[in-house]
Amino acid sequence: MATREEVLEGLAEIVNEIAGIPVEDVALDKSFTDDLDVDSLSMVEVVVAAEERFGAKIPDDEVKNLKTVGDAVDFIVANV
Amino acid sequence: MTAENRTVVVTGIGAFTPLGGDAATFWEGLLAGRSGVRALTEEWAADLPVRIAARVAVEPSEILPRPVARKLDRSAQFALIAAREAWKDAGFEAPATDESNELAPERLGAVIASGIGGVTTLLDQYDVLKQQGVRKVSPHTVPMLMPNSPAANVGLEVGARAGVHTPVSACASGAEAIGYAIEMIRNGRADVVVAGGTEAAVHPLPIAAFSNMMAMSKNNDDPEHASRPYDKGRDGFVLGEGAGVVVLESAEHAAARGARVYCEAIGQGLSSDAHHIAQPEPTGAGVARAIADLFDRNELDKSEVVHVNAHATSTPQGDTAEIKALRRELGEHLEHVAISATKSMTGHLLGGAGGIETVATVLALHHRIAPPTVNVVDLDDDIDADIVRDEARKLPVDGRIAALNNSFGFGGHNVVLAFRSV
Repeated sequence: MATREEVLEGLAEIVNEIAGIPVEDVALDKSFTDDLDVDSLSMVEVVVAAEERFGAKIPDDEVKNLKTVGDAVDFIVANV
Repeated sequence: MTAENRTVVVTGIGAFTPLGGDAATFWEGLLAGRSGVRALTEEWAADLPVRIAARVAVEPSEILPRPVARKLDRSAQFALIAAREAWKDAGFEAPATDESNELAPERLGAVIASGIGGVTTLLDQYDVLKQQGVRKVSPHTVPMLMPNSPAANVGLEVGARAGVHTPVSACASGAEAIGYAIEMIRNGRADVVVAGGTEAAVHPLPIAAFSNMMAMSKNNDDPEHASRPYDKGRDGFVLGEGAGVVVLESAEHAAARGARVYCEAIGQGLSSDAHHIAQPEPTGAGVARAIADLFDRNELDKSEVVHVNAHATSTPQGDTAEIKALRRELGEHLEHVAISATKSMTGHLLGGAGGIETVATVLALHHRIAPPTVNVVDLDDDIDADIVRDEARKLPVDGRIAALNNSFGFGGHNVVLAFRSV
């Protein structure tokens, strides 16, 4: 079971890998599209990488609700 | 001069090639007669009948940040790097925007072509699908592999809203893109167009396929001497990769902003063979019609032509047919034309060829020097023309001089571009 801190840290590494955003800039209140240069296509990559890393299943219908890093952390923590 | 017949000039150049990662290094390599062909040492090459190619001199990963590069096919990476160089070389500091005074986005176009498109992306992602499953296939796959991707990405980079286009005609694609761009400006659709060709097909599948067509040199033991246009011993082309891009501009627009002008881009001649899907028409009739079309539709006199950057890929039939066509159309004047086959050094960049060879032609006029054709040890008896062998050669120092750049493609596409000193 991953903690919120572990999930945030993991997501930050994934966003860094995909969008080149420094790990320390990936904070809970940041919007994927507006702040982190993650467009809808790159978001699919983030989701697939997060599923693999945390063993969570993030349904396609759910992805549109994950606007901020905090949304993603909450969903992953609740669904692992 | 009416709005439908405006003069077009070249104001910027960029090249990402086997001889160098920018236009200056590329040109130095050409003048020095350097070969960019090397042995392929990758594991996948071991079982191929052809194990040589002309890879780009600089890996794009050394230039593009990883988040940018991972969303671009290798062919689009090359095009983007060459386009950025050309854009900067033309004196533009930033992309065209609604606020820019110098150039409105609505007056800016991009025409970039490749012969094969994002073939390495397609094949790599198919490997991902088979080995890792559906979910792991990159969501960027389609925008990466579509043949218009280099044009679209260059268009995004510079802010082009007048039109982004990708003509596809195999190895004539790059030249056709530049011809299309010249016409966009000439007929008033745009003031500035970023145009060129790119290709990245050094991958076992295209190599196996071209090799099985008996189109490629199998001179694996002597890579630097494998591409030998016009030589009796030529046995096919050597695959190259890279991109060449020019900034084309209406003469009026260039003058208004005080831009440096390399030369005039006069126009294009076009034809098609209706002969065979992959074989050149052996008498050169189709190529001759493209040359005739060039002189018919453009204000250019044959006597002005002093240099040809030939298509000359080092195939037995194609090299000869092209010379026959030049002889037919230029007649005795061909004695005064210095012909260079730069593929002897760069290999054949397929859809990228028209791009880098236009850059070479523009620089030949600008510096008034024709690059050499290397590896002609024993000139084919059928090559009845003045080939610039071994060493670069000076072109006439006085008066206006013109040069042609020929490109032909599988499918029987013939494109002849013409440029003239200013």
